[in-house]
Amino acid sequence: MADKRMTEDDVVAELSSGMTIGIGGWGSRRKPMSLVRAIARSNLQDLTIASYAGPDLGLLCATGKVKKAIYPFCSLDSIPLEPHFRNARQSGSVETLELDEGLFLLGLQAAAWRVPFIPSRVGLGSFVVDRQPEIKTVVSPYDDGEELVAAPALNLDVALIHMHRGDARGNGMYLNVDPYMDDLVAMAAPKTFMSVEQIVPTEELASFGPVQAMKISRLMTHGVVEAPKGAHFTECVPDYGRDEAFQKEYAASAKDPELWAAWKAKYLDCGGHDEYRKVAGL
Amino acid sequence: MSISRADYCVIGVAECFRGDGEIMANPIGTIPAIGGRVARESFEPDLVMTDGEALLVANSVPVSGAVPDKIIEAWNPYRSMFDVVWSGRRHVMMGASQMDRFGNQNFAFIGDPKQPKVQLLGMRGAPGNTVQNVTSYWIPAHSPKVFVEQVSVVSGIGYDRAAELGDWVREHHELRHVVTNLGVLDFGGPNHALRVRSVHPGVTVDEIVSATGFELVVDGDVPETRAPTDAEMEIIERLDPKGVRKAEVPD
Repeated sequence: MADKRMTEDDVVAELSSGMTIGIGGWGSRRKPMSLVRAIARSNLQDLTIASYAGPDLGLLCATGKVKKAIYPFCSLDSIPLEPHFRNARQSGSVETLELDEGLFLLGLQAAAWRVPFIPSRVGLGSFVVDRQPEIKTVVSPYDDGEELVAAPALNLDVALIHMHRGDARGNGMYLNVDPYMDDLVAMAAPKTFMSVEQIVPTEELASFGPVQAMKISRLMTHGVVEAPKGAHFTECVPDYGRDEAFQKEYAASAKDPELWAAWKAKYLDCGGHDEYRKVAGL
Repeated sequence: MSISRADYCVIGVAECFRGDGEIMANPIGTIPAIGGRVARESFEPDLVMTDGEALLVANSVPVSGAVPDKIIEAWNPYRSMFDVVWSGRRHVMMGASQMDRFGNQNFAFIGDPKQPKVQLLGMRGAPGNTVQNVTSYWIPAHSPKVFVEQVSVVSGIGYDRAAELGDWVREHHELRHVVTNLGVLDFGGPNHALRVRSVHPGVTVDEIVSATGFELVVDGDVPETRAPTDAEMEIIERLDPKGVRKAEVPD
């Protein structure tokens, strides 16, 4: 029986510069932040990040890891605009592919189903299609002959997701009200690494909630990292809410380079997840 | 009970949903949230509404004060929301950083796509919403900076762009109303240009015209936005006992 347990640093060792990495969660909710921080501390560069983005994309932009960002938004939810991402955009330091939220979903689904695109009307007439040559249209081969958007497959090299509970074999379960698109993110990549709040014996996994919440099967995952408070400072209810005070401090650090250097020294350069938890008082 | 400007805005929002029947009303923002719930509690009882997250709830969630237990009708995570939108069973009310006369909306960013002067929200769901379900807009600060001749980039598509797309889009694209702190606009002008539908009491037609960066269509005598009924005022007070709506639109 495969034991897929590993550490954040083991995950980073499986990554390489130039990869396209998909990240689960939504805005500032249930983001695999311990994995994101491990990437931020690494030597990796020129990454393409695809995400319903929040501080995952912001932090990786602030640490110079991102060549290209694929996203429908980048928000901290209670702080609507992610300030580190704004800095990166307004300084022109990242390439972008701007997608509608639904087009992003279709892109993940297309990649998961191994088709090059899924037809849709989403994006027609907007910047998404009209001013981004990467997004193409297709004419329906049926009698209607309608021109549709060919939502391109978001083929990821690696996916990173965070679940509430999991087992050593790589099964995972969410306990909050929304699975977001995490199972699709996982299926859109040939390799998915999942962090979880707690690893439990497989025979206990189903006891944590309804079976419908057991959304991640081991078919989808290549590694599982036990990371209590691994989504901090993003929301991970019912285990913990968003750490709003911490998030404010993170957002404020975008205001000038000195503040950012201090934040980075304190919370990133301190070391791995265990050290981070000590420094952040978790 | 005195009626504030914010209350007229609430009624302007509520009226957007009149006649919608059993579809999802999805007003985003404080005054929109109150307005949608007022519509459901008074003249559109079959509207389906969310709790702002992943649940559809039968009772009204207040925007301030104590929150009652939710009466859950259905589970509606983000992925299900796209099923609702793409099946056309929804009327969304979004915001806008910029809007032109035909309702092209931008809240993504301003300036060069490679290096915007101001990065805003991104595309969010605006391109898909405007093509797939009915859309209204809420603009809390009506000004020439918002209502512009030309938007920097198009996130939500307007009538001129929809007209250039296929028959299906032309048939299904509908921008209903644009409610602002000054009045209510609709797309009843020539070629679906923005027109003043009503002004809130205390606002003149000249004021709303001069606060708009393009020529707003004025069609005959412009009425005042109707006042909330006593019953509607009771609902508004119950949904917002602390009056946070008045912070969004002061008198």
